Amino acid sequence: MNGYNLNHLRELESESIFIIREVAAQFENPALLFSGGKDSIVMFHLARKAFWPAKIPFPMLHIDTGHNFQETLDFRDRLMKETGTECIVAMVQDSIDEGKAVEETGVNASRNKLQTVTLLDAIEKHKFDAALGGGRRDEEKARAKERFFSHRDDFGQWDPKNQRPELWNLFNGKKNMGEHFRVFPLSNWTEMDVWQYIFMENVDVPSLYFTHKREVFKRDGVWLAKAPFMELKDGEEVKVMDVRCRTIGDITCTGVTLSKADNLEDIIKEVAATRETERGGRADDKRSEAAMEDRKKEGYF
Amino acid sequence: MNEVTKGYLNMELLRFTTAGSVDDGKSTLIGRLLYDSKAIFEDQMEAIERASKKMGEDEGVNLALLTDGLRAEREQGITIDVAYRYFATPRRKFIIADTPGHIQYTRNMVTGASTANVALILIDARNGVIEQTNRHAYIASLLQIPHIIVCINKMDLVDYSEEIFEKIKLEFKNISTKLDVKDIRFLPISAKLGDNVVDRSEKMKWYDGPTLMYLLETIHISADYNQLHQRFPVQYVIRPQKDEYHDYRGYAGRIASGIFKPGDRVKVLPSGIKTKIKGIDFMEEKLDVASAPQSVTISLEDNIDISRGDMIVGENKAPEMGQEIEMMISWLSEDAMKMGGKYILRHTTNELRCVIKEVKYKIDINSLEKNFDDKSISLNEIARISIKTTKPIYYDPYRLNRITGSLVLIDEATNNTVCAGMII
Repeated sequence: MNGYNLNHLRELESESIFIIREVAAQFENPALLFSGGKDSIVMFHLARKAFWPAKIPFPMLHIDTGHNFQETLDFRDRLMKETGTECIVAMVQDSIDEGKAVEETGVNASRNKLQTVTLLDAIEKHKFDAALGGGRRDEEKARAKERFFSHRDDFGQWDPKNQRPELWNLFNGKKNMGEHFRVFPLSNWTEMDVWQYIFMENVDVPSLYFTHKREVFKRDGVWLAKAPFMELKDGEEVKVMDVRCRTIGDITCTGVTLSKADNLEDIIKEVAATRETERGGRADDKRSEAAMEDRKKEGYF
Repeated sequence: MNEVTKGYLNMELLRFTTAGSVDDGKSTLIGRLLYDSKAIFEDQMEAIERASKKMGEDEGVNLALLTDGLRAEREQGITIDVAYRYFATPRRKFIIADTPGHIQYTRNMVTGASTANVALILIDARNGVIEQTNRHAYIASLLQIPHIIVCINKMDLVDYSEEIFEKIKLEFKNISTKLDVKDIRFLPISAKLGDNVVDRSEKMKWYDGPTLMYLLETIHISADYNQLHQRFPVQYVIRPQKDEYHDYRGYAGRIASGIFKPGDRVKVLPSGIKTKIKGIDFMEEKLDVASAPQSVTISLEDNIDISRGDMIVGENKAPEMGQEIEMMISWLSEDAMKMGGKYILRHTTNELRCVIKEVKYKIDINSLEKNFDDKSISLNEIARISIKTTKPIYYDPYRLNRITGSLVLIDEATNNTVCAGMII
């Protein structure tokens, strides 16, 4: 690496590592939100770099909807075991069983929104004062205005009109008891940057991101994976197609892309050529124009 | 590795800020840069088209809707906060900090400017230099943005007149003589029609300079970092509890300025103890050289007691040390400044307390005049003040170093960031 002229990925990497270290220094008890998706895998990779040769000084936290792709869970367990990292799993099913969250019904039912309840419970139970997330500003309009250090009140809520100014690389993590922070070290990355970085650093990602044959069906113009707990509407027909995931979330609301890309360079080419945003395939964002802003105010990721 | 992929690994990052109101055509310009570089996706475009129709826009698509992300902003048709936008060309990745231009949003402009390499200032060719132009130029100078690109926009509405372009150029140069700006470029453009934005204008043959996109892609930024003064604020101390790294003690941080190499003689502040750099680590990589803005881990030859907030500096050209600090400030909070009040001060990775000693003057950023009489400081005001810190801090003047010369103040009661300071 040439010290005089960093490429854009190295500069983003340096910025993110700075933020991750700042979290370890400013907070008593942080956690890194790990979903098994590519953004959280990059976050994990950056956190290892930030503290090497020491271990990451905080645990991972996975909010498990119970509606996962099995490959994601296998990937998570392998990665944590190989690196000797602690991963706390909080189950949405437990929140439902305890009566704190109510399962949505109907054909579009998703546990995506219920994750907020489980997440806030886990933060309270483990007394986390900062949760590092892989959110990026390019993902969605409401995110474009979120800070690196995003303050949450004691109900876990975000107040978009009352955010702290962030200047230079001075970050203010001061808070009262019961409040916490969400911190987004990848704020300035785009989907393209994430893939280029994965390629440059040779980061291992779940096989779901590469082409594979899967049973899928089309709903509202989006291809969804067939799963045992999903009801089909009349006229929806299951087909086997060559697909890959562009994002990995709850299986009920994550669209898959028809693709034959079986390596990172092909994925990068595909991302460069694509004319639809990554979240375009996420049914959870299509609910309304301000869907993300509303969920974020309530305490979503 | 194919050619395309190789190209991606050879791109630079450029951060620029734009300030202006919708009337300047700022949103149109950003929209054009994003659209022409294919950073606007089809689903985003469809969403904007839908929203434009809903708001009764006649002239097709309102590109401002692209950047106004919050519900309140869309409903009121205003931009409240700094919005970050991203696009890339084969040469560079760009981060736009898009800020509202009205005086009540000075704090947002200051925030956006703090990390920018380039300031894009828009002037409506029909109006020339106006109050708002002064403000934007002053903030760019105050925050020491290394390059200013003045886009004289709406040239199509003044018959692409070279005379008008030259006249506005002169007006702007008159302001800039009062400011501390190193590099200013002028461009005649029409954001709406695309003249000199990405493609050269057919209508302005008299202009033989670069297009805006070409300038953004090529403006020389690698020299913007201070390469002379070695400054490494210690952010975090790494002590692995592992057998194979039993004696390892690394100081993690992000280089603020200067070039560091193993073997360099350095000094640790505040103790002043001298030692040598043993190694610069970046995970398994051992680096021969590292410079700003890299995040690395430095190990030293001698075992010295060092903690967060300390600074490793070159043996020569040490920073200044002191407790009485003079600075220009931008007040960021709705709560007015308390004269004699105590605040938490954050400077590099250091945190301590300070008290406000004196207000020297305020600046009217529309007229650029100094006011020595009114000493009250409230939201969006710019002033020169002095503070006293509980312990000495080690700093450089902001004009020499944007990292070791900057600080923020935090209100102890509300925990809010209330003030941005640039040390003189």
